Amino acid sequence: MGEPLIEFVDIHKAFDQNVVLRGVNLAIPQGLVTTIIGRSGIGKSVLLKHVVGLLTPDSGEIRFHGRDLRRMSRSERRELKGKVSYMFQNNALFDSMTVFENIALPLEERTRMSKRDIRERVMRKIEQLELRDNENRYPAQLSGGMRKRVAFARALIMEPEIVLFDEPTTGLDPVRRQAVNDMIAHYQERFGYTAMIVSHDIPEVFEISQRVAMLDGGQILFEGTPAQILASTDPAVREFVYAGKNGSKRSHEKDNR
Amino acid sequence: MNDLENAADATAPLGVATPFALTGRKVLALLRELGAFALFLLMALARIFTLPLKPQRILEQIHFIGMKSLFVVALTGLFTGMVLGLQGYYVLIKFGSETALGVMVALALIRELGPVLTALMVTGRAGSSMAAEIGIMRISEQIDALDTMDIDPVKFLVSPRLAAAIVSFPLLTALFDVIGIMGGYLTGVIMLGVNSGTFMGRLENGVEWVDVSGGFLKSLAFAIIVSSVCCYLGYTTDRRGGGFGARGVGNATTAAVVTSSVLVLVFDYVLTSFLM
Repeated sequence: MGEPLIEFVDIHKAFDQNVVLRGVNLAIPQGLVTTIIGRSGIGKSVLLKHVVGLLTPDSGEIRFHGRDLRRMSRSERRELKGKVSYMFQNNALFDSMTVFENIALPLEERTRMSKRDIRERVMRKIEQLELRDNENRYPAQLSGGMRKRVAFARALIMEPEIVLFDEPTTGLDPVRRQAVNDMIAHYQERFGYTAMIVSHDIPEVFEISQRVAMLDGGQILFEGTPAQILASTDPAVREFVYAGKNGSKRSHEKDNR
Repeated sequence: MNDLENAADATAPLGVATPFALTGRKVLALLRELGAFALFLLMALARIFTLPLKPQRILEQIHFIGMKSLFVVALTGLFTGMVLGLQGYYVLIKFGSETALGVMVALALIRELGPVLTALMVTGRAGSSMAAEIGIMRISEQIDALDTMDIDPVKFLVSPRLAAAIVSFPLLTALFDVIGIMGGYLTGVIMLGVNSGTFMGRLENGVEWVDVSGGFLKSLAFAIIVSSVCCYLGYTTDRRGGGFGARGVGNATTAAVVTSSVLVLVFDYVLTSFLM
């Protein structure tokens, strides 16, 4: 498996009185798809947001190639940020910009590419993600599945090394869900990025993941391959994996809300 | 701080400390907010000049803040000047000095009403939409999205608006002044029969460069106040209590308009007392 690309070391995070993460330890291997599962509201998105610096841990370290994020210089951190893309749960598309402008924005702001090169690259991405003839429409004019694809196109346009997906399939029908999962896997194979997915699609998402981690009670309860989690004898893991996300019987102690 | 909070706690024994603790907490919160605002403003000002300069984005905002306010500013300027002509004539005729009408209208507009009313009109037109637009981007995570793309949200959203306001406000104020004087001429000379030569002559003699530069300075200050306050309140929509989502944005927009308007009037007094 080699050296992990991202390491979470004893991450603690609380919002006022609400303690969300209580010592998360997790390693994300390079070039693989790692999926984080766990009940709704347990802090999966919080964990993901730490990777891009949208949140900072109260204590603990986040390491990239063994280097602590906080010890990096400003330019190193910027360089790292350039390699990471984040796909938001609600897409976070710029709603007063067209599809084309949304996808082109990172290129326009962050590179010195000419207008023509930008156009070429964006149009190629639009083709690949089957968004043709929609480039001049606004996000509000698109279907949910198309918006997801636009968000995906925007996340991939800078050819990132790490892509973080925050519940990429929420709100889609089963066919579309499968399509998005396939898309993630397909492009991961093609471009070789490291992916971290927060997902509820059990067991579908296991098909595209090489690693699975389960977050519960603010800690990593399980970490391993999809086959290992399916064979796990831990009652909490079994209940979640086999009964779906509404772990109704165990809501006594760990409810964070 | 903790002691103060404990003192304000409902379970704490009732005592004289409670109102002090509450006041103290309010003051500390206010100071923190002012500090955050000052940093935000400095950052936005500095980022106007950091590379890459994006003149296109500033031009778009000048179009929105300046160009699209032309009509409303001209209209309010015209009526303000016209009413000044009427009211001024009513007062001056009592002292038999209606020949001073021109200079009175012009000084009132240039020194005071031009910059203030322009700022208030633009607050209502453009300031509210700055707060709403940025507020919606905040709650729909579009600002976070910019951040994850390593695009500085302050440089991208706030600096162009600030720069455009700094360019637009003085120009709009000048327009307001000129059209206002025309309005005063309309009522004073054409309707009430003040001599046209004396109206313009006294005006030319009476208005000095220091009056014009004072008004200019005011309009610059108001540009910075209005654009930064409106952008700041939109930008921090999620940090304010009193409502989430659409209601939060509504509250932020209201707060932006009220705060900017009040600050414009307060700073108008302060600047006037310094410029006198």
